[in-house]
Amino acid sequence: MNIDIRVQQEDFSLGQEYDRIRTDKTQVGAICCFSGLVRDFGDNEGVIGLELEHYPGMTEKALHEIASQACNKWPLDSVLIIHRVGALKLADQIVLTIVSSAHRQAAFAAGEFIMDYLKISAPFWKKELHHKGGHWVEQKDSDVTKLEDWKTPKGP
Amino acid sequence: MKILFFASLRERLATGEETWDELDGIATVADVLEKLKSRPSPWPEALQGKVMMAVNQEMANADTPVSENDEVAFFPPVTGG
Repeated sequence: MNIDIRVQQEDFSLGQEYDRIRTDKTQVGAICCFSGLVRDFGDNEGVIGLELEHYPGMTEKALHEIASQACNKWPLDSVLIIHRVGALKLADQIVLTIVSSAHRQAAFAAGEFIMDYLKISAPFWKKELHHKGGHWVEQKDSDVTKLEDWKTPKGP
Repeated sequence: MKILFFASLRERLATGEETWDELDGIATVADVLEKLKSRPSPWPEALQGKVMMAVNQEMANADTPVSENDEVAFFPPVTGG
């Protein structure tokens, strides 16, 4: 099991990370990648960029904990989470998760699980920038209720 | 004890960090919060509503015990990803 957590200002290359994970081992049958981007609307229209704040130290621990939980739930080979902080422009990459496994079901599910938990328990805060100033993004109720799906055992 | 504030809370309070040398009977996160809220404006207003808390970089709640060498943090609900 390989867990790789990075919190950084710099951009990342999905292609490079994917290639590294793909060629690392031969038992991997599925790689699921997710990238989140800065878009031009959020709580309000007319977003021109984002400022991302985090809690250095706790952020890395929280992401590691989420990745470990995913590894306990599914037979994964590796988990990579890269999250950027600082000033970001429209269409910039914010976050990357790559999960590899022998099986696609595990990779898909773990990728979604990681993003759902990241949204609720990793200490990052987004400020949307507009021409007239900034606005701290509010946490969505739907992100909170989504976690209940993971806690409720699925029926047959 | 080191106390940290982040994001909108940090901006409203106009501070990101402070240190307490004397705990004066403070035993839990709730005690820390109450002491902060007893300060003049903008402290009570800023700390009303949904505030998340962490002790030594782990999510905590009001009942979590605290002591001298701990790092306690208060922040709004998180919005990464």
